[in-house]
Amino acid sequence: MVAGEPSPRVFKLAIAALGGQGGGVLTQWLLNAAEASEFIAQATSVPGVAQRTGATLYYLEFFPRAAAEEAGGDPVLALMPQPGDVDLVVASELMEAGRAMQRGLVTRDRTTLVASTHRVFTIGEKSALGDGLADSDSVLQVARATAKRLVALDMEALAREHRSVISSVVLGALAGAGALPFAAEACEQAIRASGRALERNLAAYEAGRARAEAAAGGDAPVASPNSASLYDPVPVPRNPKAKALMERVSKEFPGACADLLGIGVHRLVDYQNHRYAGLYLDRLRSILELDSAARQYTLLLETARGLALWMSYEDTARVADLKTRAARFARVQAEVGAGRGRLMRIVDYLSPRVEEICGSLPAWLGAPLMRWGFTRRIVQAFTGGRKISTDRFWGYLLMRAMARTRVWRLSSLRHREENARIREWLATLVELAPQDYELAVEMAACQQLVKGYGETFERGLSRYRAIDEALPTLRNGSNPASALRELRDAALADEEGRKFEATLDRLCENRPAA
Amino acid sequence: MAERSFAKEVELLRLTAGEEFRGEGILAVTKALLQSGVAYVAGYQGAPVSHLMDVLADAGEILKELGVHFESSASEATAAATLAASINYPLRGAVTWKSTVGTNVASDALGNLASAGVKGGALIILGEDYGEGSSIMQERTHAFAMKSQLWLLDPKPRLDSIVTAVQQSFELSEASNTPVMLMLRIRACHLHGSFVASDNRRPPFTAADALKAPQRDPSRIILPPYTYEQEREKTEQRWPAAVRFIRENRLNEFIDGPESDLGIVLQGGLYNGVVRALEHLGLADAFGASRLPLYVLNATYPLVEEEFVRFATGKRALLIVEEGQPEHIEQAAHQFLRRADLQTRVLGKGPFPMAGEYTGAVLKEGIRAFVEEHSPRLLNPVTEQPLLPASQLASAVPERPSGLCTGCPERPLFSSLKLLQKEIGPVHVSADIGCHSFASLEPFHLGASILGYGLGSAAASALHSRGDRRPVSIMGDGGFWHNGLTSGIGNAVFNEHDGVTIIVDNGYAAATGGQWVPSSEADAPRRTARLSIADAVRGVGVRWVRSLNTYDMKGTLRILREAMSTREKGPKVIVAQGECQLNRQRRIRPLLDRLRKAGKRVARKHYGVDAETCTGDHSCIRLSGCPSLTVKPNPDPLRRAPVAAVDHDCVGCGVCGEVAHAAILCPSFYHAELVDNPGAIEQFMQGLRRALIGFLQRRTQRKRALAW
Repeated sequence: MVAGEPSPRVFKLAIAALGGQGGGVLTQWLLNAAEASEFIAQATSVPGVAQRTGATLYYLEFFPRAAAEEAGGDPVLALMPQPGDVDLVVASELMEAGRAMQRGLVTRDRTTLVASTHRVFTIGEKSALGDGLADSDSVLQVARATAKRLVALDMEALAREHRSVISSVVLGALAGAGALPFAAEACEQAIRASGRALERNLAAYEAGRARAEAAAGGDAPVASPNSASLYDPVPVPRNPKAKALMERVSKEFPGACADLLGIGVHRLVDYQNHRYAGLYLDRLRSILELDSAARQYTLLLETARGLALWMSYEDTARVADLKTRAARFARVQAEVGAGRGRLMRIVDYLSPRVEEICGSLPAWLGAPLMRWGFTRRIVQAFTGGRKISTDRFWGYLLMRAMARTRVWRLSSLRHREENARIREWLATLVELAPQDYELAVEMAACQQLVKGYGETFERGLSRYRAIDEALPTLRNGSNPASALRELRDAALADEEGRKFEATLDRLCENRPAA
Repeated sequence: MAERSFAKEVELLRLTAGEEFRGEGILAVTKALLQSGVAYVAGYQGAPVSHLMDVLADAGEILKELGVHFESSASEATAAATLAASINYPLRGAVTWKSTVGTNVASDALGNLASAGVKGGALIILGEDYGEGSSIMQERTHAFAMKSQLWLLDPKPRLDSIVTAVQQSFELSEASNTPVMLMLRIRACHLHGSFVASDNRRPPFTAADALKAPQRDPSRIILPPYTYEQEREKTEQRWPAAVRFIRENRLNEFIDGPESDLGIVLQGGLYNGVVRALEHLGLADAFGASRLPLYVLNATYPLVEEEFVRFATGKRALLIVEEGQPEHIEQAAHQFLRRADLQTRVLGKGPFPMAGEYTGAVLKEGIRAFVEEHSPRLLNPVTEQPLLPASQLASAVPERPSGLCTGCPERPLFSSLKLLQKEIGPVHVSADIGCHSFASLEPFHLGASILGYGLGSAAASALHSRGDRRPVSIMGDGGFWHNGLTSGIGNAVFNEHDGVTIIVDNGYAAATGGQWVPSSEADAPRRTARLSIADAVRGVGVRWVRSLNTYDMKGTLRILREAMSTREKGPKVIVAQGECQLNRQRRIRPLLDRLRKAGKRVARKHYGVDAETCTGDHSCIRLSGCPSLTVKPNPDPLRRAPVAAVDHDCVGCGVCGEVAHAAILCPSFYHAELVDNPGAIEQFMQGLRRALIGFLQRRTQRKRALAW
């Protein structure tokens, strides 16, 4: 054959996967299927260190044996994909599909993209101090726009459902998408020939095939893993006091805020009592007066959300309460897959510090204990890592006793501190709102910095305080609201506070001499 | 026991003449060795040639039948020295390792071997770890060939070409009395393809024959005056003999093309990529018929000057396709053409970038630039699909670096080190090669330098100053036995270092695929293992030695604190023990399944996070980084940050709970102990407990319900 003439085409397939997902097994199945279907097949990979959870790529090329024999020679098969020259790309995780597209492997004119929509979050995403998750929707959007055909399905879920491995589902999806140059039966045969965990693998394969076949027409709707369904309304109250509170919500507050406020009220009744939930609404009244429908009650909503969280701060009583509930036992049971014929034991990891112990005591007792070194040392004896068997009798009683300390919660040292912070925060919002509404909204959102336990709590609180102190300076700047948002994002950028300090220094550079 | 078992694949090694071999490149190399009548094989594992060692380890029986000696060498230097058997005896031997790192380690022995010269064919199979997927600094093996006068083959990446190259290497080695290096790129090692097998050959001469009649030739000794004679022999006899062999046996290929005034010279290993690039430019077909003449260098050292000149004669320009730097072949080409007074232009680096892998896109761009300059009419007008602008996705797709596996015993060690730094301030950490190298990435960010395998401790040598915060060095058990015992620990004792060395003892050469090391705990067939690292360290004079279990973070932190503060003089050595989880799971899973099926009581732990109390700060993830510890949407509609969650791959190592305790993080962690086939008393007690607690739970539940 002379160069330049159209030659029989090499079929090119790239598998974008994670180390440890079984890409090697999948490749072997595909090779066996191709060879059984009279193709000359070649595959390569670069496992190396990527094998350890990193992103990795397998690359296969198939050429019809008959065409090679007719031409009287062996085709020269390449060892790595050329951008713009791949017929089929398989991604066993959504961001890996994104990476394959970034490499230019998916093109409109010819590439079928078969992708799993599930996410295996990267360490960078997981490490964020808040929400660091990548945007799955934009990857799917680009995939729809870039691929000739997109077949997207949650392969991980199918694999789990059939107690198999994702590679079985992937092979099924490939067969079902009809994008391989050989018949689906060859793929099934390849699984059969490999022999191990046959039944499960075949079931997973079949599930993948069926789903892909269905999805091949139009891609199935994909739930984004980032977005939880927001604000499901709370159950209808039966208790007269609870009813009265909910009536207050609907009478005194705009309808657009009802669901969120209902959640807040429900949360605080559960947390403490009806009076406490009433206080929540009283406090929000002062914000409502400063807000308006024209502004879509942004400040009220943001404050209602933050206030509900702040007023239900996680103290020892709250944690113990949540951990001793029947619903929690059931959830753990479901999560770890304890079923019939299996016993389960729950062990909780608590590590109270002096602050937690003193905080949960009534203020008249907790405050002096915290104040002096020698009393602190006495309390110190009760701190440290504790493993509590919450589902054994004594462990349960201990936790229950801790939960019961909520009867004196409102006079505890911790409550005194939190309450003071809440009042200060609300006062700031009330002061800011008439002058700079946007700034008040941003300040309301700063509640999210104060969260967690131990060191996390201290870190968040100290950054919140620093922001609070910087407020007067920020208000002298040109755009205080955006400056505050930037500062808040910086506070969540890294644990050590490098970005936060740098941002603070920059924004408060022209601080007027106090 | 390696991570991947080749027990099934080794049967391919028994194929006889005419049968078709279908399998991986590195397995094909093994088959080629047996077909060549090799008498002994040795090597040191490392990607991409780990599988060669694994295959041979699993092929014990076949090797025994053929009378082939195989050993897992202590280091690449040991492997290279093994080839000394071919200096005095007509024994064919092969060794393998990862290059260039392994070649660096082996270079002392290699230099001496090359000087002495060999009688039996000596082959060095190198996995050239360059480009994508590489885990080492980016260098070429080519320079080693040039400095020691070793020959270097770089065959086309097809199994039949590779198998032929193995057989030719032995012949070339014997014809020129010189060891030959056969270089295989990463993808070629992992290439699945086919070739037609030949029969295996028993080595005609064996070690037993050699020991019966020991030979000694003083002229092969590396001492003056012989070394001077050896250098002359290299240049006057062996080199010309090699060039003659390469020419006469046509190791290099000439592929004609109609556009005879241009030509491409390429390394054999890049052949498939070059043909595909030409095909894309409309200059070749799928079978490799090219419009431009090609000169394929399957032997890249020594170069055959006469062939070069012949190829260049009558051409306006040559393109040299040579991956990596410096551009040794291109430089030689200039020299050859100058000597022959040819005016042919030589291009290489220019159309091609100096650094980096020659990927498909790079090859295509380079060749296009060359053709465009010298014969633009050959190129079709560009009608290419515009590629997706990467920028559209750049921010959306996060990096996915390698990391420690689920349940890895090294994780709690590095978490402890992070906590230690919170207590005493930042310390200088000298890292090493191994899985523990990943500690230098997210989320640990530990390690200021990596200087080489087993050199973690040595690399902190200059950083000792009494009274200041001590430097901490990391070393793996693999690196320790490879050379760290002497280069690091012995050196630290001798020079009275004050620093701390942590030896990660996970029982395997884990990063390269779980091969045995001398301190492996399990039964290693055909090896003597279970040697104690602590004893070895004491043996070279360390007085302060502590062993710890990495999963016990409290204990680990205590020992780390002590190591950093003790008044004891001399190096402080910590043996951090914890079996590689990947290998442990492979070992115990089938065992537990069997017990479970047999109705025996089996308990296992599964960790979890209470989503209701997790506030989504993820400190636990930053301290642990376990793949199994991930995040999920926050079930609380009021909160925005995703909560931590433990997925189904959890192996119950307990590190997340330990971290939560040691770092005083949060009360959200729990573990559930699951018991299969529980005993009768156990079941009764559980029922009783459930009844009592259930009663109380229902009571509070009712109260709570009444409040709403």
